[in-house]
Amino acid sequence: MAIPQDKLHELIKNSFADAEIELTDLAGDNDHYQVRITSSAFSGKTKVAQHRMVNDALRGCLGDELHALSIKTIVK
Amino acid sequence: MSDILLKIKEEIDANEVVLFMKGTADAPRCGFSSLVATILNRIGVEFKDIDVLVDPEIRQGIKDFSDWPTIPQLYVRGEFIGGCDIIKEMYENGELQELIKVKG
Repeated sequence: MAIPQDKLHELIKNSFADAEIELTDLAGDNDHYQVRITSSAFSGKTKVAQHRMVNDALRGCLGDELHALSIKTIVK
Repeated sequence: MSDILLKIKEEIDANEVVLFMKGTADAPRCGFSSLVATILNRIGVEFKDIDVLVDPEIRQGIKDFSDWPTIPQLYVRGEFIGGCDIIKEMYENGELQELIKVKG
């Protein structure tokens, strides 16, 4: 029930090529992360749509391999 | 639409503000759910809290209904507003207060 930081980084990068990604391991257990993603892909989209894009990038991990991910999306 | 999705839709249609959460507003059982309930209380809006932990069908059903993988989930006037991160951000920049104040 945990996912290594570089794997998570890679999954996000695969979907958001231009993204600046700041990943914080909140509890030091590879299971509770906070991520700030800055990408031009979010431009013109609602917050819900932006978060859905991130959820889709991590499809299958969130709520399963990964217990908690706090997401903040920023338009580049 | 399956029975459980219909039941969820009825709740969302019948209540202006609905929070699907783990535990109840008075006794939340998850930090993220607790935070959203606290924000709504601080704004001073009445809301219907639905504890997804009492019914595994609702717990999965609301994820399918919204196509959203996590709990809590907030609905205002029938519209999905977001989960904990979005609600927190919208509260901090004042958008949530505006959204809830504006009567549809």
